[in-house]
Amino acid sequence: MSIQIQSSGEEYDAIIVGSGAGGGMASKILSEAGLSVAVVEAGADFDPALEEHRTQLRFPWESPRRGAGTVRAFGDFDAAIGGWDIEGEPYTRGKDSEFDWFRSRMLGGRTNHWGRISLRFGPLDFKRKDMDGLGDNWPIGYDDVKPYYDRVDRLIGVFGSKEGIHNEPDGFFLPPPKPRLHELYVKKGTNKINIPVIPSRLSILTRPVSNERGVCFFCSQCNRACQVYADFSAGTCLVKPAMKKGQVDLYTHAMVRKVTTNDKGEATGVSYVSKADMKEYKLRSRVVVLGASACESARIMMNSTSKTHPNGLGNSTGYVGRYLHDSTGADRMGILPELMDRDRYNEDGVGGLHVYTPWWLNEKNLDFARGYHIEYWGGMSMPSYGFGGGMDTMRQHIKDEFGNPSVNGGYGAGLKKDIRTFYGSTVGMSGRGESIPQYSNYCEIDKSVVDKYGIPVLKFHYKWTDQELKQAKHMHDTFEEVLTSMGATILGKKPGPESQYGLHKPGRIIHEVGTTRMGDDPNTSVLNKYSQAHDCKNLFVVDGGPFVSQADKNPTWTILALSMRTSEYIVDQLKKKNI
Amino acid sequence: MNRRENLKLLLAGSFGTGLILSGCGSETEKIAHQPAFGEFGSYGRTPEEIKHNELLKSTTFFTEEERKKLDILVDIIIPADETSGSATDAGVPDFIEFMMKDIPDYQTPMRGGLLWLDHKADEYFEKKFVDLTQEQRLQIIDEIAYPDTAKPEVQAGVRFFNMLRNLTATGFFTSEEGFKDLGYVGNRPNAWDGVPEEVLAKHGLENDPKYKDVYLDIATRGDLAQWDDEGNLIA
Repeated sequence: MSIQIQSSGEEYDAIIVGSGAGGGMASKILSEAGLSVAVVEAGADFDPALEEHRTQLRFPWESPRRGAGTVRAFGDFDAAIGGWDIEGEPYTRGKDSEFDWFRSRMLGGRTNHWGRISLRFGPLDFKRKDMDGLGDNWPIGYDDVKPYYDRVDRLIGVFGSKEGIHNEPDGFFLPPPKPRLHELYVKKGTNKINIPVIPSRLSILTRPVSNERGVCFFCSQCNRACQVYADFSAGTCLVKPAMKKGQVDLYTHAMVRKVTTNDKGEATGVSYVSKADMKEYKLRSRVVVLGASACESARIMMNSTSKTHPNGLGNSTGYVGRYLHDSTGADRMGILPELMDRDRYNEDGVGGLHVYTPWWLNEKNLDFARGYHIEYWGGMSMPSYGFGGGMDTMRQHIKDEFGNPSVNGGYGAGLKKDIRTFYGSTVGMSGRGESIPQYSNYCEIDKSVVDKYGIPVLKFHYKWTDQELKQAKHMHDTFEEVLTSMGATILGKKPGPESQYGLHKPGRIIHEVGTTRMGDDPNTSVLNKYSQAHDCKNLFVVDGGPFVSQADKNPTWTILALSMRTSEYIVDQLKKKNI
Repeated sequence: MNRRENLKLLLAGSFGTGLILSGCGSETEKIAHQPAFGEFGSYGRTPEEIKHNELLKSTTFFTEEERKKLDILVDIIIPADETSGSATDAGVPDFIEFMMKDIPDYQTPMRGGLLWLDHKADEYFEKKFVDLTQEQRLQIIDEIAYPDTAKPEVQAGVRFFNMLRNLTATGFFTSEEGFKDLGYVGNRPNAWDGVPEEVLAKHGLENDPKYKDVYLDIATRGDLAQWDDEGNLIA
């Protein structure tokens, strides 16, 4: 039974689907402009300041599985409620395709657990086709987005250092934390091989940007969501403040099925299934803003079929779902003998790396297009499930006071001592790079499968190309160079073509974007340069969907900047009565 | 603003999850914008997760005899020493018991491995493993504890012991006892001001002087950040 819960004539100015970075920013901007807003979220309310939601500052023994990732993909204390596989919400893959889809069903979405790496796209990143002839240019450039990046920096807070690197634009930075010990070793090593290492840029408050949020107390657990809101999560930093100040209603446990339209083809609101009673409800609005994640928003649009939009909303030329792309990723680790038997001190630091390597080989004529940055990890972090493992292969790297190596495996007091010695001596790195968006990499509606809400699911078609494989190969060459420069013992074997050079499967880096890309030509894009649907003027997309290409930068900061820009455009267009 | 004040301020401003009346027309229904499903339990579990954890805890994997054998084995792997207690002191067997149900793929290798030890004990000493002297037990363990030199015919035992070593080490070092042993002193509010000077000196390293005025000065971490138009911090 369907219930019309809003009486006729009663409508919101805007409905925002999803409460992550894009939806959260839209809720703030639109409500502050005086609009009435409904935020519709598929998951539950979440607030890490509430004791019953808090996983921060908990010890591993508070979890019976000691933090193992059996229930939550990134460990029992991770804030993400959802994962690669959600019961009752399947997705399918085309033949020979690989794609894993991570979803967080909760207020704030994936911003509750993300790495907080907040990099601006640079001038080159918006116009990569001009350089390598691949993919497409964005219809906008850095100068169009810069004012919004500036405002996001000051509003939300990001630490970093002014470096003056052309394609790594500086911003309004908070002071970065000093490096950890292994990071100083990274810096010392890479100096010898001319690979830059600079302070990282993370949206963590080393100093306050307002009186509404606390500052970092260096527990290294941003992925658990911060109880004093010292890291950026959309729920705590955007949606809740918007609810406090403006006319914002939050609907949780509400799984949006489609955007409803009228005879003129304009959006009239959304239809959702409530998880509370499994009934369908309808909400009405003047504008619909999708921020459900690149793939979920594409799914909603493709499922929004009507007489005027037989292929789904925004999909008159069949481009919704096309050009789906994720970051590339590969990782390697080693042991730094100098870090064995280390002095103990609290080295937790912020939730993530204190230094990183921005892409340093632009315009260097490599055998692949685009680039990657390198994230470093290591240190005396808090032991969790898996700690102390692998002594059957790694114990040989531990030497006694006479320089004699231990024997792999074993047991007893000697093993216990060796694990103590080994603690904090590993160092690793992860390359995160830009892939080339492909028309042939896409998601579509699988008409043969529905989820438990009766909504047709997504089917993914995705294959890496030679460009990404060669980039991963280059990453691994660099990793070995970096580890060697530091004097580290490299662990494991360098992956070759048989394992795609260690390249992670599409989707695993959780940076999927591009499914509703923006462009000036309505025949080859879904949205215009303000992320407004070409074929439905009161429908907007504010997640990663509008990205034409993703740079080697993590997408969140750009999602926030573009959502701010789109939201202000919406306010402007409503005022001008254009929508 | 200190953390306690932060918390107070934030809690005062946090929202309840009650019912909100929507609209005012005659067709309007009272609906829950934010329906709640049960209670969140310890360490931020969702209601579904609580049920799942409880279900796993409600069954027991190890038989009494297996458990006796497990207790002996984990203490062979992590015995008490001058620094800390043993694996059983740290409650490792309970952790392993839970993991058998949390990751069912462990079950067959664990059960089979434990019995394999009895087969060996029977072959060598015509007794069960638990009834052997400690010296006899170690004679068997020594055959499977060193993967690089173990004989091919005991590979099943080697794999079992690798698994048990991993579980025991993890169980011990993620316990309170293990944290003390390891000297892990984090997971508490603090102000990171870089690697301690004496540690830097020991390693012959220094913080890049170029960033001396860029890095966070922890004395200012309570001060509201302000910038000029070029993005330079001015306060």
